[in-house]
Amino acid sequence: MKNIGKLLLAITLIAGLMIPAFAESITIKGSTTVYPIAQATAEKFMDMYPEVRISVQGGGSGFGIAAIIDGTTDIGDASRPIKDKEIKKALNKGADPKAHVVALDGIAVVVNPSNSVSALTKQQIKDIYTGKISNWSGAGGSGGQIVVISRDSSSGTFETFNKLALDKEKVRPDALLQASNQAVATTVAKTPGAIGYVGLGYLTSKVKGVDVNGVEPTKDTVRSGEYPLARPLFMYTNGPAKGVVKKYLDFVTSSEGQRLAEKEGYVGLK
Amino acid sequence: MIQREKVYKYIFAGLAFTSLIFLIGITIVLFKEGLPMFKEVGLFEFLGGKYWYPTYEPPDFGILPLILGSFLVTLGALFICVPLGVGSALYINEIATGRQKTILKPLIEILAGIPSIVYGFFGMVVVAPFLQELLGLPVGQTAFTGSLMLGIMATPTVCSISEDALSFVPKSFRYASFATGANRWQTLTKVIIPSAGSGISTAIILGMSRAVGETMTVLMVTGGAAVIPHSIFQPVRTMTATIAAEMGETVLGSNHYHALFAIGLILFLITLIFNIIAELISRRFRIKLGLGR
Repeated sequence: MKNIGKLLLAITLIAGLMIPAFAESITIKGSTTVYPIAQATAEKFMDMYPEVRISVQGGGSGFGIAAIIDGTTDIGDASRPIKDKEIKKALNKGADPKAHVVALDGIAVVVNPSNSVSALTKQQIKDIYTGKISNWSGAGGSGGQIVVISRDSSSGTFETFNKLALDKEKVRPDALLQASNQAVATTVAKTPGAIGYVGLGYLTSKVKGVDVNGVEPTKDTVRSGEYPLARPLFMYTNGPAKGVVKKYLDFVTSSEGQRLAEKEGYVGLK
Repeated sequence: MIQREKVYKYIFAGLAFTSLIFLIGITIVLFKEGLPMFKEVGLFEFLGGKYWYPTYEPPDFGILPLILGSFLVTLGALFICVPLGVGSALYINEIATGRQKTILKPLIEILAGIPSIVYGFFGMVVVAPFLQELLGLPVGQTAFTGSLMLGIMATPTVCSISEDALSFVPKSFRYASFATGANRWQTLTKVIIPSAGSGISTAIILGMSRAVGETMTVLMVTGGAAVIPHSIFQPVRTMTATIAAEMGETVLGSNHYHALFAIGLILFLITLIFNIIAELISRRFRIKLGLGR
């Protein structure tokens, strides 16, 4: 028993010594799209300020904003703006979510590299996804059934695509549903007749990004606003950012932070 | 000493009842979060609705395609795991030599230890493209792909419980059968399998509830189209895959959120029924063999 007492004392002392080393901590939760940016910038930020500890979690945009409303996180990531319903909820709970744009994300429409189609209009994309066109011959291709691949209807990428490309019309019910950007890219790469959409960062040589309304999906066209399927990414705070959270957000939007975001496949703000 | 024994008794009793607390907690949460859904949408509209568009305005909350998706994938998995599982159990128990037995049984159990995400990844990257090419399908992620993966995953469950059931059949049954002049095949089909029959049924039902509740693999390999399936070579979406794909992004406390819990509730009731049936059958089996309880 005596030994246990000593052990406990030692643990308490060590723990006591360690706490001042991480005097400040930041919790980040939310969108899996923003996650890589948060993770990369957090790592760099902790290198620069060893006394700060940042923990980054995924969970989705809805989860990130809910965590801001419930006060269980310092920063809530979201790949979409806050919804009216969520604003109402925040008001009820006395929270005051403030948006910070941290990067831009373009959504690339992708087809299998063997497909002869390399450009589509927004209208054609809409017709394909809503089921009006179901054969590639109807979209300037050489025929064959179109395999429509979509994201789960509650993902941020789906919401943005649905709004920007489909004007909120329903995706044909027999569209395939994939749970991540990576899964969409893999399925399109393995399925000759497939069409899908992914974040610009997931555009690899294994899939072909098509021009939309004649504009190629690139960083430059997203930044200039020419590319029609692009969106800003957010980090939300409760009230204006203060102290170490502000320092971190300033770092994310700094040229160094933006360089890290670009390295993860997103489009920098400048 | 007596004192100490009493303390241990309470500690272990406490531990044994902990799982009961978890069960009650989960059940309460499922009902509490799932039932509000039926104030918005009637039970039959929810179960029989043909469209699942939870995030549109106005939303559609029909889970018939999801129920049928789960049903189809599970049924397909049964056609794979029953012959494989029961067949290997028979081989291990009846034919295999001691050496083969010591290798085969652990090997099959390792299959059970592979994480489901690994099966999913394997199915998505290797099996689905292979089937697509082989069968000339427009897309390889189909109910059949899911059945195949789930069938392989449920095989260890079915095999291991069937093998236990077979080994419970008293040696005297076998000797009695041989003594009447029956050969090995007759003994197996007329005596051993019927005696272990309810144990094997239990194994199949537990394998089935494993298949119906499996999530990650089906999410990755069945394609996820929420339509009423017309063929097994068509993409489908199961109830579990829907919950897994959508829960992370849904607004807390919204109708969609309650709808996902309601799906969870229905799934829970389905597996509960499976387990009760399995328990009833296994009880009958024990009585039949004179094992009591």
